Amino acid sequence: MRFAVSLLTVLGIASIIGTVLKQNEPYANYVVQFGQFWFALFEAIGLYDVYHAAWFLLILVFLVLSTSLCIYRNTPGMLRELRSFREHATENSLRAFSHQFEYSTELQGRELLVRLQQFLAGRGFRFRFVERHDGSVLLAAKSGTYQRLGYIFTHAAIVIICVGGLLDGNVPFKVQELLGVKTVETRDIPQSGVPPQSRLSVANLSFRGNMTLPEGARGDVAFVRMRDGYLVQELPFTVALEDFRIEHYATGQPKSFESDVVILDKELKAPLRATVKVNHPLIYKGIAIYQSDFQDGGSELTFNAWPLLGAAGRPEQVRGRVFDTVKVSEGPQALNIEFDDFRLFNVLTLEEGPGAKPHNAGPSVTFRVRDAQGQAREYLNYMQPMTLDDHAYFVSGMREAQNQDFRYLRIPADKDNSIADYMRLRSVLFDAALAPEIAHRLAAKTLRGESAEDNLRKRFEESVVRLLTAFASGGYGEIAKVIEKSVPEQEREKAAQTYIKIVGNAAYEALALSRERAGQTVPQPDDATLQFLHGSLNSMSDLFFYGTPFYLQLTDFKQHQASGFQLTRSPGKNLVYGGSVLLVLGIFAMIYLRERRIWLLVKPQDQQVLFAMSANRKNRDLDIEFAGCREQLRHVLQGESS
Amino acid sequence: MNSALNSGAPAPFIKRLSWVDWGYALALLVGALFAFSRYGAYMDIYEQGFLLGAVIGFGWLGWFWKSMRLLLAGIALLCLFGIGQYQGDLARGSQAFFLKFLFSSQSAIMWMNVLFVLATITYWLALFARSDFTGKVATALTWSAVLMGFVGLMVRWYESYLIAPDVGHIPISNLYEVFVLFCLITALIYLYYEGRYATRQLGGFVLLVVSAAVGFILWYTFDRQASGIQPLVPALQSYWMKIHVPANFIGYGAFALAAAVGGAYLLADRGVLASRLPAPDVLDDLMYKAISVGFAFFTIATILGAMWAAEAWGGYWSWDPKETWALIVWLNYAAWLHLRMVKGLRGPLLAWWALIGLLVTSFAFLGVNMFLSGLHSYGKL
Repeated sequence: MRFAVSLLTVLGIASIIGTVLKQNEPYANYVVQFGQFWFALFEAIGLYDVYHAAWFLLILVFLVLSTSLCIYRNTPGMLRELRSFREHATENSLRAFSHQFEYSTELQGRELLVRLQQFLAGRGFRFRFVERHDGSVLLAAKSGTYQRLGYIFTHAAIVIICVGGLLDGNVPFKVQELLGVKTVETRDIPQSGVPPQSRLSVANLSFRGNMTLPEGARGDVAFVRMRDGYLVQELPFTVALEDFRIEHYATGQPKSFESDVVILDKELKAPLRATVKVNHPLIYKGIAIYQSDFQDGGSELTFNAWPLLGAAGRPEQVRGRVFDTVKVSEGPQALNIEFDDFRLFNVLTLEEGPGAKPHNAGPSVTFRVRDAQGQAREYLNYMQPMTLDDHAYFVSGMREAQNQDFRYLRIPADKDNSIADYMRLRSVLFDAALAPEIAHRLAAKTLRGESAEDNLRKRFEESVVRLLTAFASGGYGEIAKVIEKSVPEQEREKAAQTYIKIVGNAAYEALALSRERAGQTVPQPDDATLQFLHGSLNSMSDLFFYGTPFYLQLTDFKQHQASGFQLTRSPGKNLVYGGSVLLVLGIFAMIYLRERRIWLLVKPQDQQVLFAMSANRKNRDLDIEFAGCREQLRHVLQGESS
Repeated sequence: MNSALNSGAPAPFIKRLSWVDWGYALALLVGALFAFSRYGAYMDIYEQGFLLGAVIGFGWLGWFWKSMRLLLAGIALLCLFGIGQYQGDLARGSQAFFLKFLFSSQSAIMWMNVLFVLATITYWLALFARSDFTGKVATALTWSAVLMGFVGLMVRWYESYLIAPDVGHIPISNLYEVFVLFCLITALIYLYYEGRYATRQLGGFVLLVVSAAVGFILWYTFDRQASGIQPLVPALQSYWMKIHVPANFIGYGAFALAAAVGGAYLLADRGVLASRLPAPDVLDDLMYKAISVGFAFFTIATILGAMWAAEAWGGYWSWDPKETWALIVWLNYAAWLHLRMVKGLRGPLLAWWALIGLLVTSFAFLGVNMFLSGLHSYGKL
């Protein structure tokens, strides 16, 4: 008992650890989180999959054994108690009861006994007569003794549930692994190449695996995730995915995930068609197929790759598929774009605070850009501009590692909701050859009255060119450096304001120039234009931290989806459910049946009746019932006949 | 002879039913038949089963605990009135007088909040003033709060269908809604025992827990704007929710009651308020009864949850944090009952345990959603 309680406590603590420490994460995440030393230690004691660790299972087995032993030892006694009326109680022992009372009565013989029997029966007690050799009669009665079944039921239920759970757990695999018959596959290789020691046959009794099928594809194996690797579970049939659908509510939240699947099996006359959705699995050959998740199934994507640095201004078209890699440029500057995911819907809550409502921000794509050294950054680009603080931006998130949050580049959309103005402006501003022209135009406007003073004009133009060159090579950060180098400390703030103003004005000239060159009208320097310029300059300044020399603007896509299924065979399920029913019955029996016993010792020679009562649980209910019985017996034993 | 024999003996249950009981059962049945004739076509076989189960369950509850009959009649009348006021137009919730100030779900739940807080204060006043009358007022306030809370939930159920037919669902799907449910069930269980044990002195303790939950609801409503009706995510679109969640909250409510009584027990044990509180054995017994009820329902809820998980997630037990914490709560109270039943333990240790048990339960209920990630992703804070 003590041992069992200690084991239970260990189990409880282990379970808590399992909830606090995220289970079954990729092992790399744990290394980052704990460092190499602790990672190895935690791995050794199985903390990344506590509930399947050998010691955890061992404790469970011990608990099952100890509970079984407990049942084995106590059941015969319990059943004996259940059947027994305890009719051998002596007068002395009854007098020792805390709940007992003695009556004098004038009733005699048969009538007395009949009355007492009716009293007992009326209260739902079963009883037995015993005539003692001294002439006295003992009525030994009991009620609610089935409460004892409650003990047996609950304890048996726990054993049954645990056995069912262990059956569905991975104990068989653990054993085979210990014997060296099976190993976990950790390599990322095609399924057909996985060797037999990492494959589980169709005969495997219980498993829980995943299968991801792109639309139009079929599969006949499931992957069972195990620690840092997986096993391949072969299936006795083939599943083909015809169509995957996501329906949305009017607010944009997902309403249903549904997969139309076809089961192909030689034993079937015709393929079995069914729709699997969340909460509505398909069960075939004892294997349940559940809708568990979904992902991209290799969507076709088309991008405009806009150059971000230097004078080039025309986008190049890039095509790719999710899960494919596209190479851009050659040599040591070569970059690989690995497309990870495409999402058609993104329900986001952009505003903060009261009244913030989620809405659909449209398609997005996630990809990684890896350089020749293997370093990668991850990007998240939204196709459509988003409204942030009342202005529309093309948004691109960037992060250097998985465990970081995305940092966002916001590119202002122009009046046509397009990215074109910004990109044209950028190519002009970053073009060293055009800086003098911009400076000249700015000077013409700024120094209108003093046009005669060529010297001043020349110096002004030079400084504008210098500022533009600095901005084109490092954004505002570079201008700050220029200030630090050339301006005394007390004047820096004033200089910064002036410089920012000049860059802003120069940007307007650049915008005008860029639109002229594109054959478009020049916008008025109104609020909207100034806002656009302000946002553009901030964004351009951020480009130097963006990490890639191009911006991928998603222009077109053809979505292919893949549906994720979970396939399980759990023969222990029925045991667990059966055990659960037993558990509930047992608990109700234990709590709501109260075992009480009554003894009525009739002593004809003394005209006395001794009433004693007991319950296997002494509590207030017993006191109340005893008081009730005592009163009732007083009436029962009163002399007058009816 | 029989009359003499039976005086003091309990009469059979069925013979103790009055015509009011039968009328109540008939009204339930007629209501269910009406609902079935009108909406039966939209119900699946399980929901039809629940409708039948509701007639049997509430019928039995009303017979067993007479006050329920009046409560149910009140809820039915008020929420039908509220629904009628809507005239099928959600916008009327903020225009029509009765809806705006009384029976729209937000208003009714706000009334519930106010009434619960008032009841708490009144219970404490009654305790200190030893005033029977004040105690009765507190009880009446609690009943009114329960009435308004249930009316609010029922009307909310209707409102969700007014938003859009595919949005409609039973209002026990997010943290805001289940907190209302928690308040109501805790208060109801308390009211039952209050009648049973004639112990109004405990009201202040139990309603402190309820008031804390009310505080959370208010914070959640005003700070987080969480009171809006959200459509159900696919995983929650299941008939299982209709039984799993209420069963769970009967468990939580009973554990909360046990903790409140445990607190009272500990105070009395130290001589604080001892003369005003019920005798220790009454408190002890009440604690035991509450934990028993809670444990039984919590067990059922966990089993139902496992069955639902088997259907929605593909496995009846995934060691999801919520599941694991449910197991820990279960083990905790199993140990409590074990000690009391088998070892015959009594006294302050069990009271402390019941009190700390509420912390464990609260963590399973709230903390898991706040601090841990998992499959039970409804109601993130």
